[in-house]
Amino acid sequence: MKIKKKTSFALLRRWGPVLLLAVIFLLAPQFVSEFRLSQLGKFLTFAIVAVGLDLVWGYGGMMSLGQGLFFGLGAYGFAMYLKLQSSGDKIPDFMFWSGLKSLPWFWAPFQNPVFAIVAALVIPALLAGVLGYFLFRSRVKGVYFSIITQAFTLLTSIWFVGQQAYTGGTNGITNLGSAKIFGYSLLSSQAQHGFYYLTVACLLGVYVLARWLTSSRFGRLLVAVRDDESRVRFLGYNPVVIKTLVFALSGMIAALAGILFVPQVGIISPSSMGVVPSIEMVVWVALGGRGTLMGGIVGALAVNYGKSFFSETYPDIWQTFLGLLFIGSVLFFPNGVLGALKSASAWLKKVLANWKARPAQTESQKQRTAKTLPEVVMPSLSQRVEGGS
Amino acid sequence: MEVLALQIFNGLSLGSILLLVSLGLAFAFGLMNVINMAHGEFIMIGAYMAFIFQQLFATALGGVDAGVWFLLAIPAAFLFAGALGALMEVTLIRHLYGRPLDTLLATWGVGLVLQQAARSIFGAPNVNVSSPAWLVGGFDMGSGMLLPYKRIFIIGLVVVAVIAIYLHLNRTASGRRLRAVMQNRQMASCLGVQSRRVDAMTFALGTGLAGVAGCALALIGPIGPSLGTFYIVDAFMVVVLGGVGRLPGTVLAALLIGLANTTLELGTTATVGKVLVLLLIIVFLQWKPAGLVSLQSRA
Repeated sequence: MKIKKKTSFALLRRWGPVLLLAVIFLLAPQFVSEFRLSQLGKFLTFAIVAVGLDLVWGYGGMMSLGQGLFFGLGAYGFAMYLKLQSSGDKIPDFMFWSGLKSLPWFWAPFQNPVFAIVAALVIPALLAGVLGYFLFRSRVKGVYFSIITQAFTLLTSIWFVGQQAYTGGTNGITNLGSAKIFGYSLLSSQAQHGFYYLTVACLLGVYVLARWLTSSRFGRLLVAVRDDESRVRFLGYNPVVIKTLVFALSGMIAALAGILFVPQVGIISPSSMGVVPSIEMVVWVALGGRGTLMGGIVGALAVNYGKSFFSETYPDIWQTFLGLLFIGSVLFFPNGVLGALKSASAWLKKVLANWKARPAQTESQKQRTAKTLPEVVMPSLSQRVEGGS
Repeated sequence: MEVLALQIFNGLSLGSILLLVSLGLAFAFGLMNVINMAHGEFIMIGAYMAFIFQQLFATALGGVDAGVWFLLAIPAAFLFAGALGALMEVTLIRHLYGRPLDTLLATWGVGLVLQQAARSIFGAPNVNVSSPAWLVGGFDMGSGMLLPYKRIFIIGLVVVAVIAIYLHLNRTASGRRLRAVMQNRQMASCLGVQSRRVDAMTFALGTGLAGVAGCALALIGPIGPSLGTFYIVDAFMVVVLGGVGRLPGTVLAALLIGLANTTLELGTTATVGKVLVLLLIIVFLQWKPAGLVSLQSRA
């Protein structure tokens, strides 16, 4: 009976916070305005990215600066479908402006929603897998991995800006308003609410998947690779496979977030997939607490609400604030907010345990020892000094 | 033949700019394993230093055309950016040794603060630094080939910088200490080298070089608060390709990337050329993960 009680308590501790968040997110549409709801929906897609990044960074030890790229590719994939659908029989407006006469061959299959979604998920995952495989195979790790993924992100976003006729250039893919989802206009509140609930469901799904993965044998191997890759190799495992798989998975999770981002925000442009967003994603996880999964969600929401508050109220100092936030979180909360809470609670537990385990004495005894102690020590000290001189 | 010569010159020119922006980074990265993402902002500070000197001292020092102000701006940028770098090392980087990924985040934060500071002081729009008269125009190679003086000046500046660094590393006591710490920190400390002070000096040297690079960049284009962000990733690629902590590797890598970039751009577009260069670098790292020249160390 006692054991059962204990496990249920552990279950509650494990899933309680996420259930609480789920209830809050699911009830949010009843209480907040349409504007705030779509903002929350956007931030929740960022939280999805953060969970995927925590998987690869917090557990796998690979700080990827390419999550923005995978996010962007997913977003572009679904935006292509929405754009084609809202353009009807004509080719998308930016192609027409760039002088294209007909739809490019690689755009054509995106008229099919199923193909668009599958491609938007699979292409980023494949790209992450291939890039990861070659990097991990040559044992590129640590900061080198970060720098190369960052360079890859930069080049892809530059390339997307350059291909005006095929990607919409700097403006990206916009004007998706007349697209229809299941007969509802994209901008209607039914469609927007639908996408919001879908985002909440996906966030929960991704969280549960990541929880399951990290508590499985694979998750333990992943942490082992993070902590001592050579030892894992000597034990007969292939770290390249483990790292490649988790990097590809995190790429796919980021792409899923991108797919959910586009219909709620209505635009995807290279500025949402470049170097700066990728680093911001890392900051969400760092600030929330890496290796906790929940930390990513908390960090993504906290930083983005902070960002929107500061940019609405004090637009000039927002960037300075963000910079100071980075510095402060690294200096003072190296394990993030959740990490700090964890170590604070561990400290508290230790103090409590020590207090409980103290030798039993009555209150008056304690007071007496506290009083007499200095009296005993001080004379002996002074005696010694006197004796010496 | 002329096309080839012009290509080589362009490649050298681009390579020299890359070398100038990555030299300082190679120091911080190679010696201390610190990823200084604010390096680009120190370049930006150097560029604004040239702008300040032009605004304040140009008329006093014989006018904009004479260019005395520009020659003075280079050492001033070195000193100012170096002092700022030393301050940053003492207050921030020092607490983050052994956590390279955290230095990446924290220095990125510093970069954001510096960018915003530049935006508050100088305004968001780009400003122009007018070149001294003796840098306008070019050296005529005959048959319409013109080598701009500015580019030649930058190549010369890089040569001077590399020679100065070489002499500093190999012919001075402080350079010897620097190499000792780089090769084996604990042993150097045991022998009485104050490795903490060497770290601060090295970091300051790196950011000072970024300031010099900023002065050079002020010659070839408009400068703005986000100037540094355009160069930071390229600079990192140079360091990674060159091999960490080796001056010859950095020089070779910068020239190779410069030449490869200009050559590949010729056949395609600028962005496709850059993508190809990056892919080549990744392929190369498959073959030699430690870069072109790797440091032999028993540490």
